[in-house]
Amino acid sequence: MSNESELGAQDLLLNIKDLKVSFANGTVQAVRGIDLNVAPGETVAVVGESGSGKSVTALSLMRLVEFGGGSIDSGEILFRQRNNEICDIAALGDSAAREMRGNDIAMIFQEPMTSLNPVFRIGDQIVEAIVTHQKHSVADARAIALEMLETVRIPDAASIMARYPHQLSGGMRQRVMIALALSCRPQLLIADEPTTALDVTIQAQILRLIRELQDRTGMAVLFITHDMGVVAEVADRVVVMYHGEKVEEGAVEDVFSAPQHPYTKALLTAVPRLGAMNGTDHPAPFSKVSTTETEPAESKAIAVPVVDYDAEPVLSVRGLTTRFDLPEGLLGRVRKRVHAVEKLDLDIWPSETLGIVGESGCGKSTTGRSLLRLVNSHFDEMRFDGQVINDFDKESLMRLRREIQFIFQDPYASLNPRLTVGFSICEPMLLHKLETRKNAFDRAVWLLEQVGLSADHARRYPHAFSGGQRQRVAIARALSTNPKLIIADEAVSALDVSIQAQVINLMMELQQKFGLSYLFISHDMAVVERISHRVGVMFLGQIVERGTRRQVFENPKHSYTQRLMAAAPIPDPMQRNKDRAQITGEIPSPIRGINNPPHILTYRDLGQGHQVALE
Amino acid sequence: MTTLTNDTAQNALVKDTKMRSPLSEFWRRLKARRLALFAGGLLGLLFVFAFAAPIFLPFTPDAFDYANTLKEPSFLHWAGTDEFGRDVLARLMFGAKLSLLIGSSSVTIGAVIGVTFGLFAGYYGGWIDAVTMRIADVLFAFPGILLAIGIIAILGPGILNVIIAVAIFSVPAFARIVRGGTLGLKESTYVEAARAAGAPDRIIMFRHILPGILGAVIVYFTMRVGTSILTAASLSFIGLGVEPSVPEWGAMLSAGREYLMAGKWHLTFFPGFAIFLTVMCFNVFGDGLRDALDPKLDETK
Repeated sequence: MSNESELGAQDLLLNIKDLKVSFANGTVQAVRGIDLNVAPGETVAVVGESGSGKSVTALSLMRLVEFGGGSIDSGEILFRQRNNEICDIAALGDSAAREMRGNDIAMIFQEPMTSLNPVFRIGDQIVEAIVTHQKHSVADARAIALEMLETVRIPDAASIMARYPHQLSGGMRQRVMIALALSCRPQLLIADEPTTALDVTIQAQILRLIRELQDRTGMAVLFITHDMGVVAEVADRVVVMYHGEKVEEGAVEDVFSAPQHPYTKALLTAVPRLGAMNGTDHPAPFSKVSTTETEPAESKAIAVPVVDYDAEPVLSVRGLTTRFDLPEGLLGRVRKRVHAVEKLDLDIWPSETLGIVGESGCGKSTTGRSLLRLVNSHFDEMRFDGQVINDFDKESLMRLRREIQFIFQDPYASLNPRLTVGFSICEPMLLHKLETRKNAFDRAVWLLEQVGLSADHARRYPHAFSGGQRQRVAIARALSTNPKLIIADEAVSALDVSIQAQVINLMMELQQKFGLSYLFISHDMAVVERISHRVGVMFLGQIVERGTRRQVFENPKHSYTQRLMAAAPIPDPMQRNKDRAQITGEIPSPIRGINNPPHILTYRDLGQGHQVALE
Repeated sequence: MTTLTNDTAQNALVKDTKMRSPLSEFWRRLKARRLALFAGGLLGLLFVFAFAAPIFLPFTPDAFDYANTLKEPSFLHWAGTDEFGRDVLARLMFGAKLSLLIGSSSVTIGAVIGVTFGLFAGYYGGWIDAVTMRIADVLFAFPGILLAIGIIAILGPGILNVIIAVAIFSVPAFARIVRGGTLGLKESTYVEAARAAGAPDRIIMFRHILPGILGAVIVYFTMRVGTSILTAASLSFIGLGVEPSVPEWGAMLSAGREYLMAGKWHLTFFPGFAIFLTVMCFNVFGDGLRDALDPKLDETK
């Protein structure tokens, strides 16, 4: 067979030829003629934005794409099976495809929470996969499962076997998923955004684990991601996809050092790099490169506001505390509490961006919500815009909710799907009786233009917009009441990198134009470094280190800050092999017994506002 | 991949200054659903006929004609006559008034009460929720018809009491549907966003939460109207609803059943068909309303 000779000659594991995949009876072309090779033991990263067809390509390899309503229109997917036979996956029958799935090719997904069955024990799920594919007895399969869990470095693997998925943390679940995927010793592992939902320190652990397992087993990995930092960490070769087509392919070093296609260049420029701002005092916008020929590069420079620290802070809070009671048992007695935010002090000056970084569960999102009392919070002292606020009474709460606006992580979820975006933007103005109905709509249109949308967008519904446009709408809504402070809770985390850069630039432009202050909450160190004047690093409800961006990022003093910095993926493949600190451990829980309140941190002042918690 | 191109500036000049309220947007989408509008129109027509019947019908529903009992449909009697020689069509027309009145008014009352209680219970939680839902549990514990019989036993027979009885046993179902939906939506980000923007509870409940649940409520409403017409008929059948001489679809259906084996099909067919048509119209209209409430299903764009 000619197939055989071709794969044999090139010694490839996988050879995709001119693959075309479409959805909705051919009306939507998701993949338009992809060629892709994977050699045994190689790691190939497929990079692209959402909608670029990268996940569809991966699903086609597993023949799972049909379950999502897609169909493979043409092309060949030649794959070398374990017995050295070559088969065309695109032409396999249903039962043959099922046998191949999980056996020759395994896959791990983005959401480890939803890809494990919640009603079965961890051990049983792995055993089932082994028994199905490898004809082992159940007892043997249990032994293999245990070995697999130990391979992915799950501590106390034997007891984890008897647990249910919800009892494990996100990182642990992803390890279980990897163990499950590896249990049948596949030749190719497809990893579809496996670390996107994880915290940076956990992400670093998982990436390292995948690389080690690959060295040991010699399997090939097809890594689907949108994160150039992750690509630089893991890939041997990179394939860049754009609108269902491959626009660039090459060795990871070449693609990063000398990108050819304009889209790849734009993608690399838009990637926030930790440390890119070293040596500067002020935030800086991303430089813009056009992604396509039709979209002109924006050349106007965005002036960065200079903050006057002699003025009074726009918001000043002392002792902000939020705790959630956890009722137990029939009588609902409270024995444990989540100490989400604990005696937090915050100062934000006019036109300043205060970045709050930390991992999931550290209380950074709750901090933002506490300021507007969206959760049950209280404080010792609070001054806003020169006025003392004594308590969250109705009047001062209304004022705060007018002067402080919120931007949420998921713009789609934060806009009411049943209201036109024009009405959504009008609503805060109408609620606070700032404008008449007619004027409110005119202002909504004006605001849409301010955020780079047009007047006719006002009549559309949120579902008719792309992710970046929706976040622009959410920003327009936040601006509608002329606020002093905007709390941006992971406002760019759900966006593709190039869109992320645009939205950050827009936020900085608006800051300059309207004199806004931002409380910028994010888990992404590089983004925070880009946009912030000052930074607070949050851990278990308290700030462990604070200071100017330069102080914290160039001279981190607290061990947790250092850990976070070390874990952040660096989008530069040349730095990959540098010895980096081994990161282990889970994020501790903020749940404590009712008689065991957390220790309130005391700070050491390093001068010029740089404060570090004593350890 | 934002396509924020240069033509936005030109578009801004031809500015559409009219802000459409959520209500007018809803009406615009409803108008685009022809089948639902047709069903709605048919229901409207039925209402008109029901109330205008005495004006143009040549027979009254109580006109006995012992010379023409149990006659099959003819040119004179389009739907035949019953065992007393009364014109079936005339009785159907008069009955439409009663059936529609009982069906729609009882469910409307039940829905308004149930939705309000469900919304408050779900939104505020705590003791309001506990008390409301326990009452709903108690009402659920009785089979619907038994509950209605019990209520009528207390209030006494009569059309108004039938309406009250059917309304009461519709309340818990609506309350549960709405409470469940409210629990889900009150945690949603857009509700939190509205609260962060300073929206008071009533705006959050009635503008942001209720429209999201209304779809399920409307579908249940339309199904319930059919059930209510049947329940009212059942009550009439056992003598607790309208009096036997009153023209009512359910009562006619029950009465006609005795003659079914004798080949007098028209006595059951026409009331049955009337119930079927009415219930189907309510369902189709309800589907249309639900779709019109969801901008994602907008067919006009």
